[in-house]
Amino acid sequence: MNWKMAFCAGASALVCVMGAAHAQDTFKMGLEATYPPFESKSGDGKLQGFDVDIGNMICERMKVKCVYVENSFDGLIPALQARKFDAINSAMNITAKRKQAIDFTSPVYIVPIQMVAKRGSSLMPTTASLKGKTVGVLQGSSQEDYLKKHWATAGVKVTSYQDQDQVYADLVAGRIDAAVQESQTAMDGFLSKPAGKDFDYAGAPLSDPETLGEGTGLGMRKGDPQRARVQAAIDSLKKDGSFSKLSMKYFKRDIIAK
Amino acid sequence: MTVIETLQTYWQAYLYNDGSQMSGLAMTLWLLVLSLAIGFAMALVLATARVSQYKALSIPVRLYSYVFRGTPLYVQLLLIYSGIYGITFVQKTELLGMFFCNGFNCAVLAFALNTCAYTTEIFVGAIRNIPYGEVEAARAFGMSWFTLYRRIILPSALRRALPMYSNEVILMLHATSIAFAATVPDLLKVARDVNAATYQPFTAFGIAAVLYLVVSFVLVYLFRIAERKWLAFQAPAGR
Repeated sequence: MNWKMAFCAGASALVCVMGAAHAQDTFKMGLEATYPPFESKSGDGKLQGFDVDIGNMICERMKVKCVYVENSFDGLIPALQARKFDAINSAMNITAKRKQAIDFTSPVYIVPIQMVAKRGSSLMPTTASLKGKTVGVLQGSSQEDYLKKHWATAGVKVTSYQDQDQVYADLVAGRIDAAVQESQTAMDGFLSKPAGKDFDYAGAPLSDPETLGEGTGLGMRKGDPQRARVQAAIDSLKKDGSFSKLSMKYFKRDIIAK
Repeated sequence: MTVIETLQTYWQAYLYNDGSQMSGLAMTLWLLVLSLAIGFAMALVLATARVSQYKALSIPVRLYSYVFRGTPLYVQLLLIYSGIYGITFVQKTELLGMFFCNGFNCAVLAFALNTCAYTTEIFVGAIRNIPYGEVEAARAFGMSWFTLYRRIILPSALRRALPMYSNEVILMLHATSIAFAATVPDLLKVARDVNAATYQPFTAFGIAAVLYLVVSFVLVYLFRIAERKWLAFQAPAGR
């Protein structure tokens, strides 16, 4: 009967801890830890990543204890509504469709979408500069929507690809003149590698809330009174530069939404 | 989004245009027609070479057919699209560079070479199945090699090959669904787009499946008419 005793003791201890935590005020955040560098699990099973650090900073500012609840990404919104946690903090893009179901804080950061072209080609991400040129993009991505909507209609040839590596291959081979993708993906998958040595970012990140989204924010239940507190914490962390510093640490550039 | 709403939003992309270029069913059919036409014409020549008694003619064709029937079409497409264009010589030669730069050309070339290999074998089988008496009679009549093929062997072989060839055409229709690997926006690519936009895979791919099915049905029907017309001599007698 020893194990049963141990279990009971453990369970009561757990209840104690939870009770104590409750007294200390907790804030529960839901995430799916399979999307590095934003959220993932380290070798010893601890949560880590950009979103986790951001969440911890928000909780610290709100003087509450952060509790993370893991959930599959497509089940995050239902779980939020079922009150399994108070906010979604899982690199979730703010979109009109999701806004119908839940509220969001203001955008915390924007994963930048940027064009890559041959160094010294003087191509810029504008329809004037790209007229008659061919631009490659990943099929089914939000940047494909952007290119189809704004560039393909203005004389730029947009070629969609099955996977991102094929885009880089054709960029090197010269089949396409430029490629549009997430800045970080371009850096990790291409620009930092030998094949990408003659290529560089061309121009500033693209921006278009309708196709590219407004950015990534924390999702909360509609009408949740806690949202004002969370928003205040985010605003102050943006203002004092804590978020920007964290972004520099992770991405070597500031992707925090202004 | 219901099926009806998806259809209302994307029917143009599914059928013929995705807003900037030809796409969907029209692109699939265009690929199919072009590659079948090229493959058929080449197969006629190659099949006669393959049955030739001259080894210099038959061995290269056997080798070609062995290579193209022995490797997956997908690999052939990638080799032609990515592999060949990666060769510096091809890029530097103006005509070759222009041809291989275009993904559509690469797709048509891969499909045509592949279907040609299979079609050649089908024709070879049909040619060898011609009753020897017919050939002998033609020879006795004093026909030259060319006339013999034109008047006796090819007309008869092509008729006999119809059922097998209809099968190859249907398989080719299905094979075009890999064209997007060469950035050609065929029917399946549009289905992938719709899936990405609506998160409704069953609807998105279901519509594509129905369209493929309709085309298959039409093809089967056309071949049935053709068989009734040209294979009438093989129909059971006494009707």
